[in-house]
Amino acid sequence: MGYLDGFRVTFSKLFDERVTVEYPKVKRPKPERFHGRHVLNRYEDGMEKCIGCELCAGVCPANCIYVRGADNDPTDPLSPGERNGYVYEINYLRCIHCDLCVEACPTQAITESKLFEFSFANRADAIYTKDELVVDDDGRPRKQPWELWHDGDDLNTSGWMRATSPQGNPDYENVVGWSGELGYGVRDPEEGQRGPASPAENLEVPVEPGGYGH
Amino acid sequence: MGDPLFVDGVDWGDVGVMGIKVVVAFVLLLVATMLMVWFERKVNADMTNRIGPNVAGPWGLLQTFADGVKFFFKEDLRPANADPLVFRLAPYISAVTAFLSFAVVPIGGAFRDVPGDTGTVSIFGKETYLQVADPPIGILLLLAMSSVAVYGVMLAGWSSGSKYPLLGAVRASAQAISYEAALGMAVVVVVILAGTLSTHGIVAGQSGGLNTWFLVSSGVVPFVVFLIAATAELNRPPFDLVEAEQELVGGFHTEYSSIRFALFFLAEFMNVITMSAIMVTLFLGGPAGPIFFGWTWVWPILWFLAKVVALLFMFVWFRATLPRLRYDQLMNLGWKLLIPVILFWLLFISLKELRATNDWNWFAMGAAVVVTAVVGITLMLTALRAGDRAHQRELEDV
Repeated sequence: MGYLDGFRVTFSKLFDERVTVEYPKVKRPKPERFHGRHVLNRYEDGMEKCIGCELCAGVCPANCIYVRGADNDPTDPLSPGERNGYVYEINYLRCIHCDLCVEACPTQAITESKLFEFSFANRADAIYTKDELVVDDDGRPRKQPWELWHDGDDLNTSGWMRATSPQGNPDYENVVGWSGELGYGVRDPEEGQRGPASPAENLEVPVEPGGYGH
Repeated sequence: MGDPLFVDGVDWGDVGVMGIKVVVAFVLLLVATMLMVWFERKVNADMTNRIGPNVAGPWGLLQTFADGVKFFFKEDLRPANADPLVFRLAPYISAVTAFLSFAVVPIGGAFRDVPGDTGTVSIFGKETYLQVADPPIGILLLLAMSSVAVYGVMLAGWSSGSKYPLLGAVRASAQAISYEAALGMAVVVVVILAGTLSTHGIVAGQSGGLNTWFLVSSGVVPFVVFLIAATAELNRPPFDLVEAEQELVGGFHTEYSSIRFALFFLAEFMNVITMSAIMVTLFLGGPAGPIFFGWTWVWPILWFLAKVVALLFMFVWFRATLPRLRYDQLMNLGWKLLIPVILFWLLFISLKELRATNDWNWFAMGAAVVVTAVVGITLMLTALRAGDRAHQRELEDV
């Protein structure tokens, strides 16, 4: 019936299931590696992971990250090692959430959360400073008044979301370098990251106690 | 009634009844248009696995109202190159003609094949038809209004001082002229069968049950031709070349904003309703239908509404299903298919009627029809082939 087939198709769709998700009322679960707004992570002992190396700023294609490093005060260091991120700003009017900063970060300091529902009434609010980006004392992102967080969004916001271990070698995935992740501890490699997941205790990995980085 | 020009004088009762009818028809049409926009969006969404408007009011019924309110508060822009007077006038031409054609549609009144039923209801002791006016020219008013409506589109496009509206308007007028011929001849078939131009008379001629509906007694073809031509006349998909978004941005109303755009939008959907109502009047027996119990005046209105909604659904169905035609396909369909078919059908129906009234010989009639058909079809095919050859030569020359 050539011409009339289309009419049959459209009519049968009247009784089909609807594919629309009524967004503000119904929210689809987000993908595990969703690229939302950033967080700056801390170690278990409360030290910041950021070392002010500016690799994230260098790799950012949208030029939205501004970092200035500073020397740590030896008596009261902000981060392990010599340097810390003294100024850290991300302009969310420019950020395209490509996650290249996360890939570039040598210490897993910057990662992306799943939060995407944040809007601001002025341009100054669009620039997140360290006060807003650094996780609070239990490892969760700091909720800003204009942000809309949902249950579970603030979980697993850290390096847990990375596709690879910081060194790119899954063997090191759960090896504690300096100290574990604030709030989330240490985790095993993901399934498929390096063959079948295996507990890292069985691996012969040189670990310097107290050292950070490999 | 039967006295549309009030030759016997007018009293306050007549004026009151007329006033009520005008107001009711106006409000009814406005509300129906509002619901039509909602209906179209909803059904279209259903046919594409979506939900459609569902936030404003129950089931999103007030969506159009919300849109209308928004339109009122938008800035009214006029391009610097636009002709100030015509640019402002055009939307009103569209809207007013859309309102006027509905005046001749009988929306109620019992039409049964029994002596007592004259299709009237009684308001304040006045016997009156349930239609705003029943002029003797009746259905011609529809043709006149749909022709004048083209002026709205044409002037809007021309006065905008911009290329896309102008192209859209040129397309619109060419399309409307092409399809008005087929549309008009489909109407003529019905007029010949009914023997009257008055819409009330046409409906009264279909009161004897299903097989007296002109849909059946005219042999379906005029209805199909009218439906296709009406779709083109209304600039609805698949004939919406007038406002083909991909080519013309918005067609004739590209430069319109705010309430002026709303008027075009209103007119467009109002025309869809009016055209459906006219189709119901011409082919589907108008408000005719069985009357079961209770108030006799309710059932005809319900039947009328049901038929109109069925046709509206059909228009929406077209839109959800059919892709837009190319412009040459549109013209070919109009001139080379619809007009010859309806011309032949008009001839056939006229001869049939003549035979019935003059008691002519069956055999002679049949022979005349066959000979005319053969000659006509041969001539047309020859003409088409000649046209194709000329077109081919043109292509080769280029």
